[in-house]
Amino acid sequence: MQTPAEFELSRRGMLVGGAASVAAVTIPPVTAAPTRPATPPPATAKVAFEVNGTARELEVDTRTSLLDALREQLHLTGTKKGCDHGQCGACTVIVDGRRINSCLTLAVMHEGDKIVTIEGLGTPDKMHPMQDAFVVHDGYQCGYCTPGQICSAVAVLDEIKAGIPSHVTADLNAAPKVTATELRERMSGNICRCGAYSNIIDAISDVAGVKA
Amino acid sequence: MKFDTPATTNPIDRLKVVGKPTNRIDGPLKTTGTAPYAYERHDVAANQAYGYVVGSAIAKGRIASINLDDAKAAPGVVAIVTAADAGTLGKGNFNTAKLLGGPEIEHYHQAIALVVADSFEQARAAASLVRVEYVRAKGAYDLAAAMDTATKPKASFGVEADTSVGDFASAFASAPVTIDARYATPDHTHAMMEPHASIAAWQDDKLTLWTSNQMIAWSVGDMAKTLGIPKENIRLDSPYIGGGFGGKLFIRADALLAALGAKAAKRPVKVALPRPFVTNNTTHRPATIQRVRIGATADGKITAIGHESWSGDLPGGGPETAVAQTRLLYAGANRMTAMRLAVLDLPEGNAMRAPGEAPGLMALEIAVDEMAEKLGMDPIAFRVLNDTQVDPEKPSRPFSQRRLNECMQTGADKFGWARRNAKPGSARDGRWLVGMGVAAAFRNNLNGPSAARVRLDRSGIVTVETDMTDIGTGTYTIIAQTAAEMMGLPLDRIVVKLGDSAFPVSAGSGGQWGANSSTAGVYAACVKLREMVTEKLGFDAATAIFADGKVSVGRRSAALEKAADDSELVAEDKMEYGDLAEKYQQSTFGAHFAEVGVDAMTGEIRVRRMLAVCAAGRILNPKAARSQVIGAMTMGAGSALMEELAVDKRFGFFVNHDLAGYEVPVHADIPHQDVIFLDETDPTTSPMKAKGVGELGICGVAAAIANAVYNATGVRVRNYPITLDKLLDKLPDIA
Repeated sequence: MQTPAEFELSRRGMLVGGAASVAAVTIPPVTAAPTRPATPPPATAKVAFEVNGTARELEVDTRTSLLDALREQLHLTGTKKGCDHGQCGACTVIVDGRRINSCLTLAVMHEGDKIVTIEGLGTPDKMHPMQDAFVVHDGYQCGYCTPGQICSAVAVLDEIKAGIPSHVTADLNAAPKVTATELRERMSGNICRCGAYSNIIDAISDVAGVKA
Repeated sequence: MKFDTPATTNPIDRLKVVGKPTNRIDGPLKTTGTAPYAYERHDVAANQAYGYVVGSAIAKGRIASINLDDAKAAPGVVAIVTAADAGTLGKGNFNTAKLLGGPEIEHYHQAIALVVADSFEQARAAASLVRVEYVRAKGAYDLAAAMDTATKPKASFGVEADTSVGDFASAFASAPVTIDARYATPDHTHAMMEPHASIAAWQDDKLTLWTSNQMIAWSVGDMAKTLGIPKENIRLDSPYIGGGFGGKLFIRADALLAALGAKAAKRPVKVALPRPFVTNNTTHRPATIQRVRIGATADGKITAIGHESWSGDLPGGGPETAVAQTRLLYAGANRMTAMRLAVLDLPEGNAMRAPGEAPGLMALEIAVDEMAEKLGMDPIAFRVLNDTQVDPEKPSRPFSQRRLNECMQTGADKFGWARRNAKPGSARDGRWLVGMGVAAAFRNNLNGPSAARVRLDRSGIVTVETDMTDIGTGTYTIIAQTAAEMMGLPLDRIVVKLGDSAFPVSAGSGGQWGANSSTAGVYAACVKLREMVTEKLGFDAATAIFADGKVSVGRRSAALEKAADDSELVAEDKMEYGDLAEKYQQSTFGAHFAEVGVDAMTGEIRVRRMLAVCAAGRILNPKAARSQVIGAMTMGAGSALMEELAVDKRFGFFVNHDLAGYEVPVHADIPHQDVIFLDETDPTTSPMKAKGVGELGICGVAAAIANAVYNATGVRVRNYPITLDKLLDKLPDIA
């Protein structure tokens, strides 16, 4: 918070930075920014999309991310908020067949879209093969990045099948193959701080029917 | 139950369930997104409001004034909490700085207000309207500059600041071969994937917190102390924790502010720390500057070993105990260690995965590699030669078990160490300079008292209740395995409930003490339940066998659930410990091997292969234990090659406070990893005969990689992380 004041503080600090005499007496209190008007009431909008095969219609604050719409309004909390900045991948969902970071997109941008979340892939009683492979290969520990890893993994195999190349695809004229190197490259937007990477690659390779 | 003599044969030794690689019983929930984490408990309290934290924009000084007018007038705002109106707050035993700052500010992003609104978007927007005037004071933010002012800290958790045996100074001075080198490790942040989060609800004067916390009983106590209410009025529930690594050992601002916010708003309030707050608002692993001196005879026997470490913390804080392992790891008659603590006004330093040993071994195990090279010895042979089977500071005290040499030799065979060329910079694979490195892994085993309750119902289901936590470690599963083994049931007959302060107090998750301690507590409770069962069925308790869902003595046999026919049987007990840990030094050991490629042109470093060999007592679930170790190896690779909080030394904060700026390993950084567990049991640790592995896995990894980079390039970097800029101008000429 305090963004304008913080900038002002920093700029002033830049001028005195390095001076050995930095002390309370030498720095006057940071003055308050001029009073701004209070924020207007939130703009809301209706949005209709399909989540895991079910039509949903929501009235949302237009500032609501797709992630928060899923978690806070639809109570689909399988999709995780790890950073809210598109840096960790925990919020990965599949929209119209492509994986995206749901924290980096507003709910109102998805009118008519088909969204698949971790809950749409499988349930504890009827798990998706990728979910099952993650259990068998212990491709998780705390479990918080796991739904994002699994959504990403499912989409990655589809991307390779569709012939979409990656940074490590050597021959752009040939169909990309499911290799450990391809998987590691394509999965690198999904951080796992517990460090289950080696097992995750084993799990995805297992589902793809290749040896890691 | 008191554990005061080494374990003999017991039902766990049957190893029908314990010791088998077992899929996690919580796996189907975690992989389908149905395991509920703290911020997701829509079901537990109706009408939850959203709290958004405001953090201090200065590192040290005071708040002159806070203007809340605009924030209060913003749409949807229900309440605002600041220190000025929160009433008298105490400070928890485990907190160094206050969780709600003001008017005094102790560190950057110290929480100073919570804005509560009907929606997350409204709370966030209103929080940006809180206007604060600060008076900044001078602070100390630079460890290197503050080294001269560092003082000897008092002993903490039984760890003395200094130790000395023999005459280090003369032995070092007269040793024919010596090294004396300085190393630096930077500040690290836990960066667990789930930010700290809590939902708070009050019912009259009783508070319930659904939170993300490793140590339930500690945190109930600290919450009570901070709020000034009785412990009995607080319930904490933390069944799923999205990573902790030490960062969730204590209550943090999310928990306190949710409680204060809920009180002010008169409705339940949920608070998650925004990702950029996690670094500066919570704790971190402090940076260290270390000096290691080793003196040896010409044939490689260590005669003198000295390790000093400097670190900083807020006033009232403690040191990073980076010299701890050097007191125990290698032989040598003359020894000294010392820690000095400077006051720094950075956010509070505290435990992160293997506190002490993780940064300590980053330095020591490079020094050992350097020493071996000076002696012209293989680094494994040098370590093996200087092994000790007794506590070198107290030789009357043996290690309960120590197979470090076997870890080294097993790993050398498996990894192909014989192929390593001792001459640095001499192995090439195309554009890559290739090197191998090794380091010892060492971390003490700790046991803590731990209680559990077990219930047997008439359908033959055994339910275990304990406030123990599963932070990704696999606790649910090893507790289920323990109960299944003790009661002679298959795993699917066991239900495990964790993380609720209404359950018996466990050891909690930290210091790699959780697995052995918490399962030993379940063992004790199960022994009691077995006695109740045999009594009920009229069997002789001493000779009864619990197996295959039945209880038998001789030819007499009954189904286990028979004992619960009339009513559920409930047993509770706590495992406590005698002095075996004083009589024997209980530690865990390992050897880490790494092979790296360094781009001969650009200095880019890639880890090509990693192997860990661990000797850590009985491995309760080899599948989850292996995951603990590979995860720790991954974090170790991060600390070797990329992890570093950048300190703004003028304004006193960590600049790269998010997951883009603070780089942690991603998939592309980590190769396939191998782990070998030596087959062993340690009867001095508990009836489980187990120890911890979760922290052993990170100990030494960074040094193994650093040594591999040296072997690849001939460039010795003593200042972590080893980034290409530290190699580039020193790389061998390209032929």
